[in-house]
This record gives sequence, C-alpha cells and structure tokens, in this order.
Amino acid sequence: MAADNDTISGYAAAFEGFEAALNGGARSPLHARRREAIARLQEHGLPTARFEAWRHTNPAPLASGCFAPVMTAGKLSAEAIRPFVVSAIDGPLLVFADGQFVPGLSRVSDLPDGVQVHSLSAPGSGTAAIISGNLAALTLGAEHGFAALNTAFVRDGAIVTINAGCTVDLPVQILHVSTGQAGLTTPRTLVVAAAGSRASVVETFASTTSGAGVLTSSVAEIVVGAGAVVEHTRIHLHGAESLHAGTLHVTEAQDARFTAHTFCLAGRILREDVHTVLRGEHIESTLNGLSLPLGDDHVDNYTTIEHVAPDCSSHELYKGVVGGRAHNVFRGKIHVHQAAQRTDAYQSNQNLLMSDDAEINSKPQLEIYADDVKCSHGSTTGQLDPDALFYLRARGVGLQQARGVLTRAFAGELVDRLQHEGLRNHVERLVSTRLDAVLADQGEAR
Amino acid sequence: MLKITNLHATVEGTEILKGINLEVAPGEIHAIMGPNGSGKSTLAQVLAGHDAFTVTEGTVRYENEDLLDMAPEDRARKGVFLAFQYPVEIPGVNSAYFLRTGLNEVRKARGEEEIDAYDFLALIRAKMALVEMDESFLKRSVNEGFSGGEKKRHEVLQMAVLEPRLAILDETDSGLDIDALRVVANGVNQLHTPQNSAIVVTHYQRLLEYIVPDYVHVLMGGRIVRSGGKELALQLEDRGYDWIREETAAAAATTQPAGA
Ligand SMILES: Nc1ncnc2c1ncn2[C@@H]1O[C@H](COP(=O)(O)OP(=O)(O)OP(=O)(O)O)[C@@H](O)[C@H]1O
Ligand SMILES: [Mg+2]
Repeated sequence: MAADNDTISGYAAAFEGFEAALNGGARSPLHARRREAIARLQEHGLPTARFEAWRHTNPAPLASGCFAPVMTAGKLSAEAIRPFVVSAIDGPLLVFADGQFVPGLSRVSDLPDGVQVHSLSAPGSGTAAIISGNLAALTLGAEHGFAALNTAFVRDGAIVTINAGCTVDLPVQILHVSTGQAGLTTPRTLVVAAAGSRASVVETFASTTSGAGVLTSSVAEIVVGAGAVVEHTRIHLHGAESLHAGTLHVTEAQDARFTAHTFCLAGRILREDVHTVLRGEHIESTLNGLSLPLGDDHVDNYTTIEHVAPDCSSHELYKGVVGGRAHNVFRGKIHVHQAAQRTDAYQSNQNLLMSDDAEINSKPQLEIYADDVKCSHGSTTGQLDPDALFYLRARGVGLQQARGVLTRAFAGELVDRLQHEGLRNHVERLVSTRLDAVLADQGEAR
Repeated sequence: MLKITNLHATVEGTEILKGINLEVAPGEIHAIMGPNGSGKSTLAQVLAGHDAFTVTEGTVRYENEDLLDMAPEDRARKGVFLAFQYPVEIPGVNSAYFLRTGLNEVRKARGEEEIDAYDFLALIRAKMALVEMDESFLKRSVNEGFSGGEKKRHEVLQMAVLEPRLAILDETDSGLDIDALRVVANGVNQLHTPQNSAIVVTHYQRLLEYIVPDYVHVLMGGRIVRSGGKELALQLEDRGYDWIREETAAAAATTQPAGA
C-alpha cells in the first residue's frame, strides 16, 4: 500500500469524476484498461523514497500530492510549436496539447504507403483491434505506479502502425506540448511495427511555459515485429520547472533491430524508465541517451534490457554533461535469462561534470543466468581533458570556446547516431543551445 | 623577437628549468639539443603557456611584450606555435574543424576576416599537398588513430596553416622515416622568412642537414650549458653528451670551489 494514502484517494476521486464525464465512452475497451489501471494504482500506489528503484531520485515531488488531471486542452498555435517541429521532415505529424490531439496542427493525411497514424480519441477502422490487443499490454505490470497513473487518466494518444514489409522513410513526428496548465497530463504513444517493416518515430515533449506545477506522466509502448527495424527518439524539452515521469516499454521479436535515443534537454525533474525485452533470436537492440541537466535539474534514466532469447546483442550508451547543482542518475540493468545463451551486451555511462556542485550516480546492474555470454560495462566521470584544452588553446582557441568544442564533441557522439539527417540537424541545434547554457552554469568559474 | 632571461620553472614543486637564457632574433633558427629529461619540452611548453608548469623566476619577452603574462590562446594568436612532442588526441573533433577554428581565431587577432568553408578547403588542400598528407585526414578525429609519423605531419600541417612568427618544434623529427623528415623540413623552410624564427628541439643532427640552424644550444639539467654553430650538432653526434657534462662540471668547480 502506498505510504501516501491521500494522494491515491485524491486520484481515485478524480477518476470517478473523469469516468462520469465520459458518458458512453465508459463502456469502451479503452476504459476497461483505465479501470484496471486505477485499481492497480490503488493497490500498489506510487513510489516512495524507500523504493530501491528510486534510491537517487526523491519521488516525493512527483508522487506525494495529487496533481489534478488536466481535462481540457489549452490553446496552441502553429507559431508556438514551430521550434519543436523538425521542419526538414515533411512526414506524418501528430500534435497534442495537454495530452489532447489537435487535428488542425497535425498532418495525418496523404501519408506514405504502409503507415497509419491515429489518435486514441478518434481511432480508425482496424485500429480498435490494435488498441485492444496492445495498449497497456506491456506496461500493466510495470515496476512503478506512474505507468498505471498514465493509463488510468489517458484521454488521448498517438497510434502508429506500420504494415508488414513496409519501409517508411520519413520519421513520424509526435509532439506533446504542455500549454502550462498545472496538473497531470498523460501523453500516450503506441507503435506497432509489423514484421519486416522499417520506421522511425520521434516524440518531442515541449512546453510553451516554464511548466510550474505540471506533472507529465507519459507512456510509450513499442511492438517491434520479426525482422523489423525501428528507431525511436524522445526529445525532452519540458519547461524548466516541469516534472516528468516517463515509461518506454519495448518488445522485440526475432531478427528485429531497435534503437532508442533519449535526449533529456530540459525539465526540473525527468525520470525515464526504459524497458526493452528481446524475445526472439538474433535481435540487435541499442539504447542511447544524452542528458544535459543544469541549475537544480534532476535527471534519472532507469533502464532495463532483458535478454530472453539466445544470440542477441544489446548496446547501451548514456552520456551526461552536468552543470550547476544538477544531478544525473543512470541505472543500467542487463538481465540475461538462462535461455539467452551467447548474449552479447555492452553498456557504457560517461559523465562530464561542468561544475563542482554537479553530481552523478551511475549504477550498472548485471543479472546473468546464462553461462555463455559476453557482458561488459564501463562508467567514467570527470572533467574535460586538460591536455586537449591546452592543445586547442595553443592553436588560438579561447578557453571558453575550447570547452565548448570539447563538450560538443562529447555530446555529439549521441547526436551523430541519429539516422535521419534532418532530425540530426534539428537535435544538434537543440543540444548546442542547451550545452551553451550548461557550460555557462559552472558554479565557481575556474 | 624572443628574449628569455634567467627562466626558472617547476612542475609539482620540482624545479626543472634552472635559469635559461636565450635570445632569438627575427629570421633565426635555433636548435636545442640535450639528453632525455633535461627540460627541453618543459621549456617549449612554458613558452606555449601550459599551466602544469609554474614559472618561479625570470622573464620572457616576445616582440616586446611579456609572454608569460599571456593566456596560451593569446600567444598563439600573436604568432607563437608549438609543435607538440606528443600531439593530443581529440575524439569527436575532426581535423578540418580543428584547423579552421584555430585559423579563424588567429586571423581575427591579425585583423583579417574569417575564412569561409570554401576558401578554407582550397587553402587546406594546398597545405596538405605541402606536407604530403591525404585529404581523408580532414574528416578524422584529431590525432585519433594517427600513426606516430602522421601525428607529426599533422603538427607541421597546423603550422603551415597558422603561419606563425615563432615556431617551436619539439622533436617533430622523432619517429619519422627519411621521407617524412624531408617533408617536415620543407614545412619549416617554407615558413622561414627574414621575419620568422624557429626553435627546433631535436636529438638528431640529421634534421639539421635539412633545416640549417644559425645556432645550436645544449640544454642539460635545466640550463643551456653550451651554444655554438651547426658544427656543435655534429660534435654531439660523434661524441655524445659526456664531454660537455664533464667540462661543465669542471667549469663549475673552478668558478665555485666551495660548491659541489
Ligand atoms: N607533468 C610532470 N610531472 C612531473 N614531472 C614532470 C612533468 N613534466 C615533466 N616532468 C619532468 O621534468 C623533467 C624534464 O622533462 P622534459 O619533458 O622537459 O624533458 P626533455 O628534455 O623534453 O626530454 P626528452 O628528450 O625525453 O623529450 C623530466 O625529469 C620529467 O620527468
Ligand atoms: Mg621532450
């Protein structure tokens, strides 16, 4: 039972109000999921500081006190979302304001062959089966209560399906924008990539305000079919005061290739749980992450890679550039089941501390039950290489610029891993702007 | 151009340079030789402004300014160039970007316009031809995975691009095959004008057949213990350093009988 009963009963009461407002919607299969979720939330509660999984992130700001669910979407203009849209990508675009689909700002017609995009509030023919077969299928048993919180209050979301054997060249963009309304918003994404398909999905979380009092509890579920190649990018550009607890859950079938990129660029507290399960043989799975907290920001990437079947490989690289009094946390669990022989797993976490008050926690966690595996991990934390700094300065590059060059190179490794050029350039700009701010936040100048 | 007077420097509390005196006039080439650990690289790094070394005594004037008072980048912008004995690897920063960034800083300091990508390419192609380096290096991370000789050529390339007034080459010839040696020497000689000077640290008289020095100095125990013309290098090649060590000790004994 949750330590904070008031919070949970607050959410239970809010749920009753939500349900009453749904009218006929309360009988839909989606609502059945919501009911399961609120029941689960009431049973298990939200995390407390005693949870091992929340050792380095105090859940209280996110989990104690009920954030009233935001029920109506605030206004959003094309102008306001422009900085968050990758203009170089002229493909499908789904825009959500405070968790609710905004058709007028989205681009969901004239789609490339083989891809369907829908919003959960207006599912198309054929998507009903996909929703009932997949939505919350991966996250109902998720470790922490935020996935249940999202499901309980989910009103809308993005559903992306890619037909078997189809290649979608342009990334599908999903934009979750908070208009600054205080309370809980629940962005939701479901991607189902059928066997042999290829697709890329980009989710951006953004805010038109500083986001004080905004809690975003997001869930994305991705089903990667046999032999499918899927790239998923999450860009966190929340308001500077925003709170976010996100869950990304992935299931991969044999011969799949899946890559996730997580860019934690802005937000007061950002917690991201990533869990991918490699269920078939010969899967190649990659998790990339870049976190750039500053000021009093707190970022926690809590990742789990589960090797269930033999002959798969996984690679994980998370980097942080940490300024001010910010705190960057990484947990990387690699769970190799007994049957997952000949697993090849590599994990690396690297941090640059840009100020004396910046803090990191890095924890690899290898649980290996098979005997024939190659598993390795490494973690480094430090300052910029003084020899490299001197080398640049000896060529006329000023100290501040030299710091910028080296920091950008460090972060650039993750930007360079993005496949689509337009997306890569977009993220490079965002990262560069953010790095300037992180670099400026050195505490005591040295 | 450069005047070093009674320069003392320490690293982590140990004195390495113990009173260096050296004057370099415009257009001159000075060679510095000396046994391992005698302080040659320390001198070079102190001149370039490495903060691992603390200057405890003495002065360095460069073009009538206090060199020691300048940040490393300002020294570079004013035309001081150090070719590193051990060039540093910079993962993720490609050579073209590195070269162009440095060049633009130096150009700005000279009051010139920044060079655009197009003109830079033309310039860099010419310079790469001079040091016989393949253009593919431009896309590679600075020094990462370069062979020893490639790193040294890359140093000479940087020098050719930045066109310094005072080039300090710290064992740029070490580990080079005979062709590369010629290339390095070419690079230095191309820059050599009546205004530009060079200090060439080397262990081998071989290099001095290509880069003909006006003076040869022997650095030993943190001091310049002997200076001469280019024939001094030949003598060192023949006889090693022991005779200088002995003569220096004898001289010290006569001038300071109470010492030792
Ligand atoms: N960062 C450092 N920390 C401690 N000692 C150092 C450091 N740098 C140089 N030294 C010491 O200073 C002395 C002089 O070193 P330096 O590199 O100047 O010699 P050198 O004349 O260039 O030798 P070589 O011919 O081998 O290149 C050596 O004893 C060296 O170990
Ligand atoms: Mg040396």
